[in-house]
Amino acid sequence: MKQYNRRDFLKVGGTVAATTALASCGGKQNAEVDLDPMGHHTGEVPKDKMTYRTNPKTGDRVSILGYGWMRLPTTKGGSARTADNPNNEEIDQEQVNRLCRYALDHGVNYFDTSPAYCRGQSEESLGIALEQSGYARDKYFIATKLSNFSPSQWSFEEGTKMFENSLRYLKTDYVDYLLLHSVGGGGLQNLQQRYLDNGLLQWLMEQREKGRIRNLGFSFHGDVEVYDWLLAHNDEYKWDFVQIQANYVDWNQADGRNVNGSYLYAELEKLGIPAVIMEPLLGGRLSKVPDHVVAHLKSRKPENSVASWAFRYIGSKPNVLTVLSGMTYMEHLEDNLRTYSPLEPLSEEEQQWLEGETAALIKSYPTIPCNDCKYCMPCPYGLDIPGIFVHYNKCVNKGNVPESQQAKNYEQARRAFLVGYDRSVPRLRQANHCVSCRECVPHCPQNIDIPRELQRVDQFVEKLKQGTL
Amino acid sequence: MTTFAEILHLLIIIIYAMLRKIRVALALIFWVSITWLLVDFTGTAHFYLGWMAKIQFMPALLSLNVAVLLLLTVLTLLLGRIYCSVICPLGVMQDAIAWFNRKKNKYSYSPAHDIMRPLFVLGAGVALSAGLGWLAGLIFPYSTYGRIVGSMVAPLYKMGNNVLASIAEHYDSYAFYSVDVWMKSAATLGISLVLWCIIAVLAWRGGRTWCNTVCPVGTLLGMLSKHARLKVVMDANACKNCRKCERNCKSACIDLSRHEIDYSRCVVCGDCLEECKFGALAFGYKPMIDKENILYARKQKAAETAETTAETQAEKVDDGRRAVLTSAALLAGTALAHAQDKTTDGGFAIIEDKQKPKRKHKITPPGSVSVRNLSEHCTACQLCIDSCPNDVLRPNGSLKNFMQPEVSYERGYCRPECNRCSQVCPTGAILPITVEERSSTQVGHAVWVRENCIPANEDKPCGNCARHCPTGAIQMLPDGNYHQGDHGRWFDAQNQPVDWQSLHFIPVVNEEKCIGCGACEYVCPSRPFSAIYVEGHEVQKEI
Repeated sequence: MKQYNRRDFLKVGGTVAATTALASCGGKQNAEVDLDPMGHHTGEVPKDKMTYRTNPKTGDRVSILGYGWMRLPTTKGGSARTADNPNNEEIDQEQVNRLCRYALDHGVNYFDTSPAYCRGQSEESLGIALEQSGYARDKYFIATKLSNFSPSQWSFEEGTKMFENSLRYLKTDYVDYLLLHSVGGGGLQNLQQRYLDNGLLQWLMEQREKGRIRNLGFSFHGDVEVYDWLLAHNDEYKWDFVQIQANYVDWNQADGRNVNGSYLYAELEKLGIPAVIMEPLLGGRLSKVPDHVVAHLKSRKPENSVASWAFRYIGSKPNVLTVLSGMTYMEHLEDNLRTYSPLEPLSEEEQQWLEGETAALIKSYPTIPCNDCKYCMPCPYGLDIPGIFVHYNKCVNKGNVPESQQAKNYEQARRAFLVGYDRSVPRLRQANHCVSCRECVPHCPQNIDIPRELQRVDQFVEKLKQGTL
Repeated sequence: MTTFAEILHLLIIIIYAMLRKIRVALALIFWVSITWLLVDFTGTAHFYLGWMAKIQFMPALLSLNVAVLLLLTVLTLLLGRIYCSVICPLGVMQDAIAWFNRKKNKYSYSPAHDIMRPLFVLGAGVALSAGLGWLAGLIFPYSTYGRIVGSMVAPLYKMGNNVLASIAEHYDSYAFYSVDVWMKSAATLGISLVLWCIIAVLAWRGGRTWCNTVCPVGTLLGMLSKHARLKVVMDANACKNCRKCERNCKSACIDLSRHEIDYSRCVVCGDCLEECKFGALAFGYKPMIDKENILYARKQKAAETAETTAETQAEKVDDGRRAVLTSAALLAGTALAHAQDKTTDGGFAIIEDKQKPKRKHKITPPGSVSVRNLSEHCTACQLCIDSCPNDVLRPNGSLKNFMQPEVSYERGYCRPECNRCSQVCPTGAILPITVEERSSTQVGHAVWVRENCIPANEDKPCGNCARHCPTGAIQMLPDGNYHQGDHGRWFDAQNQPVDWQSLHFIPVVNEEKCIGCGACEYVCPSRPFSAIYVEGHEVQKEI
């Protein structure tokens, strides 16, 4: 037996120790440890736990999560606002197909599009994605709209052509849910011109008789007089569903001229018409919130996303058929699927906490109520209206809209606002180029006085630049 | 005990041993700093280094900066043409180019161009007195360097900055912001390129040929440096005639066969001091050479045949390349922005680029006093042009003010809080003014063009010019014969009240209040030609 002296021992011992250490390091690197055994964030999204609601008229079992086909990913990574070739962004169809397939696999079966969305590319994109998914036509519901906003489209011929085109793009011979698109803007007169005087609504009802439209409804923004008028004539039109904007902020504290969600919802409940919900998240404004609001919401459920509160809130209303969300990214889709698989309804107390305290807290930040829906675009003078408002809101939420030069972080905030402004919006598309032609105003579903808000942003920018805040 | 004198003595010895290294270090500091000053668009460099442009010889002479002129005179009378070796960026640039030519012993003595040198000085003087500052500026070292850097290096610098800005954006940092890189003047770029090539070839082959033949500053300072108190002196007794010094003198001013140095051309670079291994050269004030020494040396050399050296001819500046850029754009066929029939959501309207209107009088930067002052003093160094943060300044294309700054508002306007061009100008072409003075300096006045104005031609409101006028010089009035009564109501010629919404409001300019900043022209939605544009004034005035 070999005799080890002290030096040999230390040598061998050292080598063994080093090898063990290396081996254990390697082990830790290779084997992934599931840090989220409860599956809150990283676990598999359940495939068979989606909550469904039943359409009382047709018996459709509709997933509580509906996929809005308006905020689609583009090949430029989501937001393509370039100066040189501004309209070269294209829908990332490959990614769209993945999202569609994933949604279907996880129980989503309601898809909402319009001939106007994404510069007119949305319907075609949905048609392709659904076809690629391999699901049979009776496994999902398609919702589209008669989006005849321009006076050039108000004739009967243009309206029917639009509907036939929708069928063609969507590669189908019937639409499950058809909506008169965004009635309320421009008042009753506008409604008359778009759908009544030209006989289009009558024609749509005939199509419903023929089964080419399975459910007929309308989406509403704006003048409540139109809403009331349409519901008062429910006996005549027999609305199968109505799409309204509702979320915990709008429920009792709607912005400006918008109508409280609670009123819209209650009117539908009275008539037994199911409600389809749009803007549950206000275009992301209820997820991109200031840190203070994040803390407020996370204090109750640290694991849950900020957005999940908005989805659970509106999903808890029993007369809601489906809640639409324009999910651009896979992580949005996964998060919403988790929230609704299955829906864990909010308690009465939680609902009041959101409608009251939380809504008031969010409204205490002076953001512009723009949801980046791009209905105002393209601006004839080339401005990037939503880009300007999104940047302004981002700065409000980050505390980069100083009130005066005495503000604590004035210099950093000023730089962040101005440098970020040039980054987000090319100079020629910034607010100082607004001429107040007001073409955009009737298009805004949120009733924002866009020129006035643009001038407000412009004056703020001028004060920052001139150092006269 | 070491005394103060001993320490001082030691110090002098150390400095003496390192003369060349000190010169190189100082030269690099000056060179890099001035180059940064010339490419910087943030205003940071100017804040710390603005003085570096102001101590340049020609700018000081043109702005009659007595203090700097006195300083440079004393410096040259004391130490020789140290200015050319340290302060002048064009000189250091030539040294840098020559440094890349690694050939040993590449120079040799050549006699001075005693006719050419005064001719260039005379020519520059004539051009200046004729009010053609830019023409003289073609051979002024600082402005030549400024143009080279401004037109050739600054765009690269900005591109590099934009790369950093996009990286910063990726990390949500605001440390860098991106800027527009655009061709401000092809003619200036062309001239700079040609001059750079000429100077580079001369420097590569003959060191300081440009400085000692063409450069008027070199000639003028040479007249002083002849009488400098301290100069490179040669001990002919110690000299072993190895010619190392002569063949490594970039100024070609050491005539070893005669053991003489032409002090009007020596730029005291100190290269020869390090080359000489026999201690025959020193930087001092005692004349070490006496006549006998020279005679002795000449006898020694008598057998040697004098080497003749090829002499690099200074190439004449190619005046023929003075391409003239004129913007003969006419105010015809102007397309107004038309609202498209909006049937789908999203997307952007294409924005047509603005085109420069034909101005009867060019606009000069605020603070430049008058067209005359600008053309007399400006050597077209491009410092103001590259420091303009609003992309308002660009080199002029006309013969009278070639390459000097010109104001135009296609890419931005002269913002009320900015006075940077007046702060950076070293020559007095743009005199320093405060932001407050700048806001009351009238450089031109706005002119309304009915044919292009949207509310005058279409049933659409606008008023963007009036909204952005910093001096409130623009009012919006109804187009036609209307007048305003009490409570702001409008009445027609028959005194009948009119609904204001049926009126078309057009801009009217109070020329007395207008400062010509171009805000109206820049924000006017009419493209490519604005419906309101600024006409320049020959002489600026306070309002």
